[in-house]
Amino acid sequence: MSNPLADMEKPDVIFAIGTNMTECHPVAATRLKRALKRGAKMIVADPRRIGLADLADLYLPIRVGSDVALLLAMAHVIQREGLVDPEFLADRTKESETFLEHVKQFPPEWAEQITGVPAKDIETAALWYGRADKGAIYYTLGITEHICGVDNVQSLGNLALMTGHVGREGTGINPMRGQNNIQGAGDSGALPNNYAGFQPVTDPENQKKFERLYGRKTDLEKGPTKVTALEMAGDQIRAMIIDGENTVVSDPDRHHCERALKALDHLIVIDLFMTETAQLADVVLPAAAWGETDGVQTNTERRVQRIRRAVDPPGLAKPDWWIICEIAKRLGFQGFDYPSAREVFNELCSVSPIYFGLDWDRIDRGEYQWPVPEQGHPGTPRLHEREFVSGRGLFRVIEYRDPAETISDDFPVWLTTGRRLASYHTRTQTGRSAGIDYLLPEETLEVHPDDVAAWGLSDGGWAEMSSPRGCVTIKVRATRRSPRGTVFASFAFNDTPVNVLTGGGYDPVTHTAELKVCPVRVVPA
Amino acid sequence: MIATEKDLKTHTMMLDGEAVSFTEGETIYEVAQRVKTDIPTLCYDQRLEAFGGCRLCVVEVEGQRLPVASCTTKATPGMVVRTSTATLEKHRKTLLEMVASENREIDVDPLRGYAAQELATLVDRYDARGGRFRGKRSGATREDDDNPFILRDYDLCISCYRCVRVCAEQEGDHAISVMNRGFETQITVEFEGLLKDSACTFCGQCVQTCPTGALADKKALRFAELPGAIEKTRTICAYCGVGCSVDVLTKGDTMVGIQPAMDGPANHGALCVKGQFAYDFVQHPDRLKTPLVRGDDGKLHEADWDTALDRAAEGLRRVVDQHGRHAVYAVASGRAPSEAAYAVQKLMRAGWGTNHIDNCSRA
Ligand code: SF4
Ligand code: SF4
Ligand code: FES
Repeated sequence: MSNPLADMEKPDVIFAIGTNMTECHPVAATRLKRALKRGAKMIVADPRRIGLADLADLYLPIRVGSDVALLLAMAHVIQREGLVDPEFLADRTKESETFLEHVKQFPPEWAEQITGVPAKDIETAALWYGRADKGAIYYTLGITEHICGVDNVQSLGNLALMTGHVGREGTGINPMRGQNNIQGAGDSGALPNNYAGFQPVTDPENQKKFERLYGRKTDLEKGPTKVTALEMAGDQIRAMIIDGENTVVSDPDRHHCERALKALDHLIVIDLFMTETAQLADVVLPAAAWGETDGVQTNTERRVQRIRRAVDPPGLAKPDWWIICEIAKRLGFQGFDYPSAREVFNELCSVSPIYFGLDWDRIDRGEYQWPVPEQGHPGTPRLHEREFVSGRGLFRVIEYRDPAETISDDFPVWLTTGRRLASYHTRTQTGRSAGIDYLLPEETLEVHPDDVAAWGLSDGGWAEMSSPRGCVTIKVRATRRSPRGTVFASFAFNDTPVNVLTGGGYDPVTHTAELKVCPVRVVPA
Repeated sequence: MIATEKDLKTHTMMLDGEAVSFTEGETIYEVAQRVKTDIPTLCYDQRLEAFGGCRLCVVEVEGQRLPVASCTTKATPGMVVRTSTATLEKHRKTLLEMVASENREIDVDPLRGYAAQELATLVDRYDARGGRFRGKRSGATREDDDNPFILRDYDLCISCYRCVRVCAEQEGDHAISVMNRGFETQITVEFEGLLKDSACTFCGQCVQTCPTGALADKKALRFAELPGAIEKTRTICAYCGVGCSVDVLTKGDTMVGIQPAMDGPANHGALCVKGQFAYDFVQHPDRLKTPLVRGDDGKLHEADWDTALDRAAEGLRRVVDQHGRHAVYAVASGRAPSEAAYAVQKLMRAGWGTNHIDNCSRA
């Protein structure tokens, strides 16, 4: 997030798009609710009438995968009505002229055809956001899990730039991170393109720096993303180490993923449970869980916080970092002799410009948000206050594209996937917590009541849902949260493996799978 | 709200004979808290709008005939306040005796919730046990609500409305409401039904603010009989990216519950159902306890660390020998601590000089 969580209570206009916040980030949602109570207005754009939509002053029911069209038309209105912030454009951005010219082609009437949202509502949304003193954007995977995920994010960036809604309290472009330490994993350099602290591997200076630190030269070329690596499995890629991820259930196109992992000569899985992925491994190594190990995790507002051990791990289980270092030592690699997590973290701080001013003791109370470039620096709750990381904010010229697969006679229904409040990811954790079943005993397919009738289904009955990649049987639930022609399910339950169906396309830049859009056929089972 | 030094010097008032400075808008109670003057409260929760219902926090203000509730009365310049006089203490004791006499139990298990001991502590401090009104009870316990998380033991309710207010103000859920008035007051949900059928999200906030244990953590109470003192370990929630601070409650080596950290920088005491209640995966019998290695029979077999780590390393060495250093790929976890991610990427880069590393954010 560009802005701290505390800022969520401050905007005048909230624009939440592709985020089911009340279910996926409930505590963050409580802050938005406080802003609403204070009188803030909220615009919610989502294909489904989610909980947040019930709280919205303006709800835009967009067709799945049509975000870019909506955002282009909003930019059009903001431009046409002269709501751009000229000073901000002149001082802090580049290529605004090209962009402002570009958006002239996309009036709300054009977007209505694509998004299904009435032009006058698009107009209103643009006026509210454009006229706001403090406008803030919040989004999650509903924006990124598309073939045009990068386009979506950049379209949001364009809106914020043209109105100057960045770098101030209660504004910003704020993606909400889904996993407890997904931010920290990227910060730590577990990325194919960056060393720790987002230092590009393609920069020869960084290569030299890390050669000095690690005693070995690392390739100047980016590595393949996980998605590409899975495609290369059994061919160029012959061995994998997977730490704490149930790849088989969480990734799109499950059959493909299973085949890929089976094609490896050697698979090492480090996990808490015998997951579907661990079952395919040659070596399974038991990790200490949350509550059993000391360490650091970084939240969605870049706050670096300590986690602490409260109980001993069961049996022989060990912290992940220990397991990895032991493997490294057995391969004869140098620099893996750490007495405890503290030393690992302190080394990370010493090589990372964004953590450089931090160390294990300094983050004891969790008051720092990175970047913390030197000791004594107070941290950076709000990014881009005076300058963007890259200097000036760059406008991107973006065109609308259809999703990888669109509905057809064979697959006439849009399936979109997501998560639910009471379950987390593939349920390896929530599924083993007493009582959670009481709230969420099984997966259901959410279908509009009129579609239930029209397709010959029954509420509580079974349906067969298929895509070009597979077929699942799933119980039907009639609900007006789904619009007509679009159905919803989560991928939490292994016995309803919805990701058998998904995976029609990937964003060409980030290789994020288009989990939010998948044309399917739904018939009574 | 952080007031600067300069602001704090703007106004002055007298508190128990001492001159104290305050900022505009602060209540007498907030000023007293800040200068560490203890005033007893029951219906107060620092995260909520002051309510002024219990009257325990009353103080004397010079020039005013009747004592005022310090939690709702704003400090004004020159005000002269006494927080503890014989009259006030007597009033507080009588109030507590009345409240205590309506409850079946004062000494509740601390596992009931974060604030569950508040009433017992005050009753002891004011020696207010065994008041004159013993026997009568307010509220009716909902034994029929079979939800696995929240015990609704309204026999112990003292109508402080903290649960109602936390639900409305902190969570914005408005699941709980109040029925009737006075002695008949009853905390309830829409249509007097089960929590499951209401707007309740089982975030547990009402449980954690209840000062009597009338709303209680059913999951934690499973361990009420387990011997041993309760210890708290401050950590961060294991689920989403908000990063809520929590205390893990343990007895010996058993995790018995979770309580929100009221001073957590990301959550200020708020939690959701996962962070509050979905922790027992940690000590679930399904946990992997030993390393496993695939044998010639194609099955996974238990092994000691040396055997398993040797096998892990050997397999990697073989692949690199045959197919080169680019034949190995690693996926770091978005769930494990940063040290794990750092170690994995270092293994790939310092070990084989490749960028064959990613994390699971793309799925
Ligand atoms: S249930 Fe607890 S928090 Fe709610 S009004 Fe009664 S005593 Fe107060
Ligand atoms: S308590 Fe809920 S909102 Fe907070 S970090 Fe955990 S999962 Fe996220
Ligand atoms: S705490 Fe002030 S009236 Fe209850």
